[in-house]
Amino acid sequence: MKKNSIITIFLLLPLFLFSQETLTGMIMDKNNPKDNLGVFGANVYWLNSSTGATTNEKGWFTIPYKKSYKKLVVSYVGYKTDTLIINNLEPIHHFITPENELEEVTIKSKKKATQRSFVQTQNVFTVNSAELLKAACCNLAESFETNPSIDVNFSDALTGTRQIQMLGLKSPYLLITQENLPSIRGAAQVFGLTFTPGTWVESIQITKGAGSVINGYESISGQINAELVKPFTDKRFFLNTYGSLGGRLELNTHFNHKISEKWQTGLYIHGNYRGEKFDRNKDNFLDNPLTNQVNVMSRWQYLDTEKGWVSFINVRYMNDAKQTGEINFNPSLDKGGSDIWGGEIDTKRFDSSVKLGYVFPELPFQSFGFQFAYSNHEQDSYFGLKTYDIKHESIYSNLLFNSIIGDTRSKFTTGINFTYDIYDEFVNSINFSRNENSFGGFFEYAYDNLDNFSFTTGLRVDTHNLLGTFITPRVHLRYAPWEKAVFRGSVGQGRKSANVFAENQQLFASARQIDIQSSGGKIYGLDPEVAWNYGISYLQGFNLFDKKGDITFDFYRTHFQNQVVVDWENPQRISFYNLEGESYANSFQTEVNYFINEYLNVRLAYKFYDIETDYTSGKLSKPLTPNHRFFANISYETKPVELIKQWKFDLTYNFIGDQRLPDTSSNPIEYQLEEYSNSYSLLNAQVTKVFSKKFEMYFGVENLTNFTQKNPILASDTPFGANFDSTIIYGPIFGRMFYSGLRFKID
Amino acid sequence: MFCLLLVGLSAEAQKKKKNFKVAIEVDGVCMMCKKRIEKAALNSKGVKFATWDVKTHLLSLIIDENKTDTKTIQKNVAAVGHDTKGIKAKDHAYNSNPACCKYRDKKVVDAHDDL
Repeated sequence: MKKNSIITIFLLLPLFLFSQETLTGMIMDKNNPKDNLGVFGANVYWLNSSTGATTNEKGWFTIPYKKSYKKLVVSYVGYKTDTLIINNLEPIHHFITPENELEEVTIKSKKKATQRSFVQTQNVFTVNSAELLKAACCNLAESFETNPSIDVNFSDALTGTRQIQMLGLKSPYLLITQENLPSIRGAAQVFGLTFTPGTWVESIQITKGAGSVINGYESISGQINAELVKPFTDKRFFLNTYGSLGGRLELNTHFNHKISEKWQTGLYIHGNYRGEKFDRNKDNFLDNPLTNQVNVMSRWQYLDTEKGWVSFINVRYMNDAKQTGEINFNPSLDKGGSDIWGGEIDTKRFDSSVKLGYVFPELPFQSFGFQFAYSNHEQDSYFGLKTYDIKHESIYSNLLFNSIIGDTRSKFTTGINFTYDIYDEFVNSINFSRNENSFGGFFEYAYDNLDNFSFTTGLRVDTHNLLGTFITPRVHLRYAPWEKAVFRGSVGQGRKSANVFAENQQLFASARQIDIQSSGGKIYGLDPEVAWNYGISYLQGFNLFDKKGDITFDFYRTHFQNQVVVDWENPQRISFYNLEGESYANSFQTEVNYFINEYLNVRLAYKFYDIETDYTSGKLSKPLTPNHRFFANISYETKPVELIKQWKFDLTYNFIGDQRLPDTSSNPIEYQLEEYSNSYSLLNAQVTKVFSKKFEMYFGVENLTNFTQKNPILASDTPFGANFDSTIIYGPIFGRMFYSGLRFKID
Repeated sequence: MFCLLLVGLSAEAQKKKKNFKVAIEVDGVCMMCKKRIEKAALNSKGVKFATWDVKTHLLSLIIDENKTDTKTIQKNVAAVGHDTKGIKAKDHAYNSNPACCKYRDKKVVDAHDDL
């Protein structure tokens, strides 16, 4: 220290001796005021002049001075630029403060409710909170109603659970992540999406095609990532209630609390309840299961922008109870009996995760991250006389490092991850328990010429105790040949172990016998599923009558090398076997968005699916999947009064083409179905009135035209008989339904 | 003693840094300029990171001093039509700028004032 000050004095001496018309000063870093370290290489210059200087390694500078110079600008990469007013020539000491890189992410202008990126290499579609509000109810599974890239299916009459599909493949072939941690997998496959309340979701990113290697090898047709609300950016208090004439009640509250400048915490409580019994179609079965869910999450967010540390800690507990079956079923009396058919599904789930990120303050392009998650999912259920119990404990960890090669046009991410899954699974008391673990490393390289071309290529190598050791390659390309146009292409491979029971739980609500045609493979006697996905897309922005719009054409093909075929073609049976022959899913989609004016927006989409699989009974198209779909959404907002008060209207139309039904020709004549279902249309509408920044109300109707599937349950009169089947569902069971609710928030 | 110190300091100052932070003033007006300036900077060998601020007109850089210096980068930025503190863009380079990047025209600058 002493030596330093001596040097400083010596350094200053010449300045005082030889230069009268100069200003000297020292620039220091606010991070390290104790050390009095100067900042080397900072720029100082007089505003509106070409006179400047750079600081030496002790942080000192000398700059020529004229009387006309009043304002001195101090700048340094990664730090805020300061302007100082200079009145005399006394040496100055100035601290500069680092730029808050993370704060800059805050939303500055009104964002579009959905965004299709022109600059990202991957085909990503972002759904923001404004879009999520268009379908007010109620959980992540129902958040895709206004999004044509995702199909929401009616999965079965008994559990009332909706499964989602992308590119014609249902959710097990999609990687669903929550803040980039794989979340809906294993035992949670069917119900998992309904366990994330809609108000917890901040935005959703939908990636079509192979996706990134960073999150694992399991994604085949795409990735869906849900970002949850964050304590630093969410409202201090938020309340949402929802009630529907279908007997469903939902309540959401968020409390966010600032502990210190760097720590913020949030407590999110969700409850939903459906206690009223409905049997509108008079088949003696509940149209929707009775439910009761409590879901509590605590989040802790740490942010130190000066030092570059970011962290999230999450803990969540959920308890969900469902009752299904005949309307008179009383679990305490009728469970285990064969007089009245019914079932219960009880799920308890505990989740915890830690994320830690560090951005090198000196090198803004370099960072590392660590993710760790533990979950325990326990489902106990029975359906009539069948029982299904599964407990799935899972550990996931990922360590990653981001940096550049040469300059920021070439970036890379590399890392390792480890997963461990323990399944305790009992089907009608037969033990199917197993453990899975995998360890893998990945490297992803991204190049962007900052203009019209970019690509991302990734490779990962994993070694898995049941899937073996394998390589997963993925490539994405983007090329913009002319203005507002983007071509994208992607190729990639994915693989997964099929959780045959967890993914097809509706099978238990039928008389079908389970038939696993073992090939000696390691997962239920079956082999891992392996598929390639290829895709191209073209996006063109346009101006029509001076208004902006865009049009997209997508074509994707998924080609299975091996698939665990789920065969519903014998009404007495459900068979699982390894693919022999060919299986593919082709999907074509075209979508137009047009902003007729600032307040009126139209979205139209048409989709064509061609999905065929070689079953033992021959090549067939995928059952319960329409070849043609048409989608339209119109949203209109009135001009805001006093910046906020307004009405919002939203109307969504879906046309669902005819669907092939699984073969029922061997059933007695009264339980036979047609070969194809009829096409039908659905209409949803919602009106929101924003009263103030704090308060808004909404009112809506689902299935306005009241279309329902007739006789959704085969042999509903003899549920313990040989022909009982509730799995063939191609349309809604519950008709028109009105709902309303309110949102109250305090900043 | 004094002379020795000075010599020592200047020798140390010449030690070239692999991640040297520096900022240069570059003239421009809009987001389109930002893209062009940053691209020109990153296209110069030895520039690892470049970001141009629309408001302050500062191009912040992280460079490898063994491979480049601010003069070269200023030259490259001037070559795509943007004046830098040290080097002015040649007229023909400036003239090829898109209309919104004609920062020498006061009208264009004023039009961007609300940015």
